[in-house]
Amino acid sequence: MLMQQLLNGVVVGSVYGLFALGFTLIFGVNHIMNMAHGAVFMWGAFAGLYAVILFDVPFPIALLIGAVGGGMVSVVLDWVAFRPLRKRGAPEFSSIVSSIGASLIMLSLAQQLTATRVMRFPFDIFPIVVFNFMGLRIQLLQLIIVGIVFLMVIGLLYYLYRTKYGRHIRSVAFSEQTSKLLGINPFAVNFQLFFLSGALAGIAGVLIGIVFNSVHFMMGEPLLLRAFVVIILGGLGSIPGALIAGLLIGIIQTLTVAYISAGMADALVFSLLFLVLLVRPTGLLGNSGAVARVTRI
Amino acid sequence: MLTIENLAVAYKGIMALRGVSLSVAKGEIFTLIGPNGAGKSTMLNAASGIVPAMSGRILFDGEPIQGRAAHLIARAGLIQVPEGRRVISPLTVAENLALGREAAGRRGSEASDIDEVYELFPILAERRNQLSGQLSGGQQQMLAIGRALMGKPRILLLDEPSLGLAPVIVREVFDALIRLNRGGLTILLVEQNAKLALQTAHNAAVIEQGRIVHQGAASDLIDDPVVADHYFGRAEVMA
Ligand SMILES: Nc1ncnc2c1ncn2[C@@H]1O[C@H](COP(=O)(O)OP(=O)(O)OP(=O)(O)O)[C@@H](O)[C@H]1O
Ligand SMILES: [Mg+2]
Repeated sequence: MLMQQLLNGVVVGSVYGLFALGFTLIFGVNHIMNMAHGAVFMWGAFAGLYAVILFDVPFPIALLIGAVGGGMVSVVLDWVAFRPLRKRGAPEFSSIVSSIGASLIMLSLAQQLTATRVMRFPFDIFPIVVFNFMGLRIQLLQLIIVGIVFLMVIGLLYYLYRTKYGRHIRSVAFSEQTSKLLGINPFAVNFQLFFLSGALAGIAGVLIGIVFNSVHFMMGEPLLLRAFVVIILGGLGSIPGALIAGLLIGIIQTLTVAYISAGMADALVFSLLFLVLLVRPTGLLGNSGAVARVTRI
Repeated sequence: MLTIENLAVAYKGIMALRGVSLSVAKGEIFTLIGPNGAGKSTMLNAASGIVPAMSGRILFDGEPIQGRAAHLIARAGLIQVPEGRRVISPLTVAENLALGREAAGRRGSEASDIDEVYELFPILAERRNQLSGQLSGGQQQMLAIGRALMGKPRILLLDEPSLGLAPVIVREVFDALIRLNRGGLTILLVEQNAKLALQTAHNAAVIEQGRIVHQGAASDLIDDPVVADHYFGRAEVMA
């Protein structure tokens, strides 16, 4: 039973990690606390859902549409909410306010469009295949989810640390001005960055929508709160940190729901955050995460 | 190659440049010297497009470039090595150099041109896989110059490359600049170390409080008693 719950925790936690990754990416490069990330996630989930409902697309295409949908929403968000502020050199705090406003607009738009309904992916979106492994019931979907998250993280790390686009992103993260002097177009970099971040959120949205069998306009908000915990635990801007903390929170949450009570889950997660911050103010990975960090100085 | 006409720049209403004119000819080293806060960096940054010009014209190869996005100016071949070196410290030496090449777009150099930079500054070849933030100040300055060279500049703008470096390292950096210039590179050099700058350059201008106060052949300015009085005393004390 414990192993079973651990497995469920890993699955949910890896999706949290995916969500937090997009959040931490934007924070790492632009120092923006993007409070609309939950709304991007929700719009990505709806993009995938409507593709399935309207065009009967299969699971992989739904994921792809969720990714592209989330990515596009995120890019538009950047253009509307953040780029004008960057242009004027506004303080970082104003982008928090601006993203809260954008988030509210995106939420109420989705609420109007869906008439506040809780919607579901059709049952046959993913075939129910169950393996029994040492007394453990493992669903094919769970394996696929963990596999997808794993691939996304490897892909993201490869992109950031092994390609010239990633080099440009890390350069702008360090100093936008110096990057411009070399000929790097910061608009192109931010386009990629917000698209990537939104695409990760969109995939997470479709996956969470399928796992919890519900898609609704508020689905991103609890995740946004947890993403805060994830990136603070993992160390601001740290990619491995976001993933590890995401897993940890997923596991704690699942175990709490299973063994204590559903209402306690968030209370426990935030208590954990509080404790960790008391002991290690820089987060769990602290400095060791800095190697793989996309940070501006 | 680079002509600046009556350039005025203000920061939030405070004038930093009050009608500066100068002209850098193809193939020369031109130096702009002056005390702290005179407006030297402001001039370079206006040319590079990272601070807006209030009035006046900036012509690069006869084409007006004021108002153009900074990255496009760099890609057109006007590349600045900013004050304080500014290597991208989380990137390795080799990555910084690759960045300089890629960032310049189609104008950028070939991957193999990295060897020319390594030849100019052999220490960079030794340190190629080290994080650039771990380099010494002099090595970082060399890397910043090498990185700019990877973008195949038609004119190289340098903002106080001698700042904070030991005299031997300064000599090494300036010898490299002279070599590059002999190879045909046009250089606009901003310096506080007036004597060194005037010994290195062909032509020079002295800027004070946002205005050019002397201009002429570098060898003439070296002998100018007013300039000597103002700048060498202090530069020598500092050196
Ligand atoms: N970002 C800025 N905002 C406001 N004022 C500025 C800014 N940058 C420079 N200034 C002011 O403009 C004037 C010229 O500065 P600038 O940096 O161009 O001088 P400089 O000749 O490069 O000096 P230094 O030798 O110290 O580098 C100074 O009075 C400075 O205080
Ligand atoms: Mg300066």
